[in-house]
Amino acid sequence: MTAFTPAAEIAAAVASGRTTASAVMTACLDRIERLNPVLNAFTAVLADRARTRAAVVDASRKPKGPLAGVPFAVKNLIDIKGLPTLAGSKINRDDPPATADAPLIGRLEAAGAILVGALNMGEYAYDFTGENAHDGPSRNPHDTVRMSGGSSGGSGSAVGGGLVPLALGSDTNGSIRVPASFCGLFGLKPTYGRLTRAGSFPFVSSLDHLGPLARTTTDLALAYDAMQGYDAADPVCVDRPADPVAARLNSGLSGLRIASAGGYFRAGASPEALAALDVVAAALAASETITIPEAQRARSAAYIITATEGAALHLDRLRTRPDDFDADVRDRLIAGTLIPAAAVMQAQKFRRWYRDEVLKLFQHVDAVLAPATPCVAPLIGQKTFVLDGKEMPLRPNIGVYTQPISFIGLPVVAVPLPTAAGLPIGVQIITAPWREDLALRIARTLEASGVAAAPLPKLEG
Amino acid sequence: MDDPLLDALIDAGTAMVGIKMKPEWRQAVRMHLTISLGHAATVLETDLPDHLDPAPVYRA
Repeated sequence: MTAFTPAAEIAAAVASGRTTASAVMTACLDRIERLNPVLNAFTAVLADRARTRAAVVDASRKPKGPLAGVPFAVKNLIDIKGLPTLAGSKINRDDPPATADAPLIGRLEAAGAILVGALNMGEYAYDFTGENAHDGPSRNPHDTVRMSGGSSGGSGSAVGGGLVPLALGSDTNGSIRVPASFCGLFGLKPTYGRLTRAGSFPFVSSLDHLGPLARTTTDLALAYDAMQGYDAADPVCVDRPADPVAARLNSGLSGLRIASAGGYFRAGASPEALAALDVVAAALAASETITIPEAQRARSAAYIITATEGAALHLDRLRTRPDDFDADVRDRLIAGTLIPAAAVMQAQKFRRWYRDEVLKLFQHVDAVLAPATPCVAPLIGQKTFVLDGKEMPLRPNIGVYTQPISFIGLPVVAVPLPTAAGLPIGVQIITAPWREDLALRIARTLEASGVAAAPLPKLEG
Repeated sequence: MDDPLLDALIDAGTAMVGIKMKPEWRQAVRMHLTISLGHAATVLETDLPDHLDPAPVYRA
């Protein structure tokens, strides 16, 4: 066992008696104690709860679950009983503690996993950087002066750094896929409505998703399978049967038609992003390039819906406690209060049109490949970058390739590749609604062939 | 939209919704509002059918 032993192997070792959940947890908590001061991934470590739970797993005579003894942590916008749900903010520290764990925590624990803490994030999830004015930035485990990506920055930092093998994040416009790309991880943003969001602090209800980040596709699939299932407590959660995928991961590519997204999805990408996309396309024999229609306009519409729903959510706090916001977030939210309502309604109408047009593509292909981020992880504190030949503000623009996809709720697996820059970068595998199974199968094929892999960080010696 | 119009929108709009703007916020708010109104213009110039239903509660 090492800090990078996958969740599936930990669970198998615990189930067979080769190790105990308590021993796994002791090693996990020791590593967090040593390395969290470097990575700043955790905002709360629940050592007592985790040790108690590990002892329960070890003592149980019931069959061990598929995640038995696996430590995991959650972005701090997900409710943990006994803690205020920070959502990356200073303001929410005044909230009463959550009275119950979010359902997704309960489902992972029912599979044997053990919660070890809450993770740093960009304030109120309006972020692609992983920076946080109140808690400090979570840091990239492959170069700690660089961004982890956001807004699930602590999730990327913790899994990338080997502090836990599994974490949950949220993704409204790319907040799972961006840290997965920057930190070199596999990340799953499921179909909109697949996983319950009950017990999580919202950002943009029209676009919010929850999902896992992990170091292997098997771990991603095991976590995803454990979390599926209808939940009436989330009005967006769709009542449809669970579709477990872990047992089908190794089904290969037979019969699958895969194409790369061209046009908008190549226009501003760095050489590293394009090289990674081309490596994945070649490995999958995806020679066809397709155009996702009106992707630029889709991104604009997602931007407008995000800015206005976010502004509406926080308007009262902007009135009463403006100085308690992260200034970078506050000033964007204030701008969001000033956008004409006509644009918001038009954005929602366009969303209907765009969904119909993109779904037509999936009559001809099973999956579409696109970059996850336009570049590798920028430096912490960096404010601008060059996109499509122009210097642009960095914070609003890291999600150029993720926003047009989550805008219509398509499932995506982000897979990590190495780059000539020495830092990882992600490629999105995008499929039709409810076909997470295909995206994960393709990701598994890339992993099995060695094309995609979570790199080991050099954090110690 | 030039700066005087943007500043007028910021002043009137924030006052109408009860946000007390501070001078030191203005430059960043103006930058973000410029970006947002650019995206809004992109969306508003779209020619869509009158009968197309918006998707505020969305099912993928």
